[in-house]
Amino acid sequence: MDPRPNIINQRLKNIKTIIAVSGGKGGIGKSSIASVLALNLAKNGLKTGLLDLDFCGPSTHTILGINNLFPKEDKGIIPPEFEGLKFMSIIYYTGKKPALLRGEDISNIILELLTITQWGDLDFLVIDMPPGIGDAALDILKLVKKTKFLIVATPSKTTMETVNKNIKMLKELKAPILGIIENYQSHQFLKTKTESKISGVPILGKINFDKKFESAIGNTDKLLKTDFSRDLLKIIQKAILRHKNTA
Amino acid sequence: MHEWSLAQAVVYSAIKYQKNNKLKKITEINLKIGELQQIDRDIFKFSLKQISRLKKITAKIKIKTEKAILKCRICQHQWSFSKILKKLNKNEAEYIHFIPEIAHTYLRCPKCKSPDFKIIKGRGVWIDSIK
Repeated sequence: MDPRPNIINQRLKNIKTIIAVSGGKGGIGKSSIASVLALNLAKNGLKTGLLDLDFCGPSTHTILGINNLFPKEDKGIIPPEFEGLKFMSIIYYTGKKPALLRGEDISNIILELLTITQWGDLDFLVIDMPPGIGDAALDILKLVKKTKFLIVATPSKTTMETVNKNIKMLKELKAPILGIIENYQSHQFLKTKTESKISGVPILGKINFDKKFESAIGNTDKLLKTDFSRDLLKIIQKAILRHKNTA
Repeated sequence: MHEWSLAQAVVYSAIKYQKNNKLKKITEINLKIGELQQIDRDIFKFSLKQISRLKKITAKIKIKTEKAILKCRICQHQWSFSKILKKLNKNEAEYIHFIPEIAHTYLRCPKCKSPDFKIIKGRGVWIDSIK
């Protein structure tokens, strides 16, 4: 018997809300949204953690500019704090080297991280998910029942087809879905009516394409001043914080 | 000492097993600890003892160490972790201690150098039986 699943509820019991930032494709801004979402929540005085589960392409540390931190050991692993945010990622252990992992390895790492990470009291734990409904999503659904999914979509036909499949799958698995954030909106795409293509899942808001976002990567002060962050903050205030208050 | 968190998982599993099987008492827990995770046996035993006492579990806990065997998915070569452990530096060994699958970052098949290998056995903590 694997003992690890039996301790996970205990580990997460003092976390009020767990949000998995998910989406069908790579490169649609999941990690940017997860990072800036967590950063904004922490800057608003909420106890927040960020867990990067994209083991093959972790990037939240790069977006936030997290360097030279390492977890301490105390009855488990204590995620280091950065700008008021508790941050956990495989990057502490792999550094710049790649991790070649198959599905069972990914499941084992998720189990191990959930078993040994001592988050303590949190208002929010934001999870940056890898693309698609694969091993990571299925494991989170199985192991962390209180997870709510935040879907990132872009107004592109190629993304929408996959996002629709993801939503159908999450609904079939009875996973709570907070809603959809439309990322990379621009006037060029405004005519794409995402709303009409996804039934029953609210569109929480839109993030306009922000040319300056790239130059803010790695600097939290600059990140918070981007239009991207301002658009996201509006969504957080309207949808996520309101949701928290009514939960 | 992250061994504490793994020991806690073992004790909570025993409690769950006791409840699910409507047992009056747990008398014995047989554990395997995989070599790959390089658990500090003394700290682990100490943690198990402390947590068991806290949770009023009086079972005898027996621990066996299991050799870690890795097998290359490309050339099928099989090797033991203990033979290559000394080739890892202190940090690399420690990272594998925290998350055994990190072995895929620092180890290669000794024969064909592929990183695509399987952990056949001896990964981490496993409950063989509860009585």
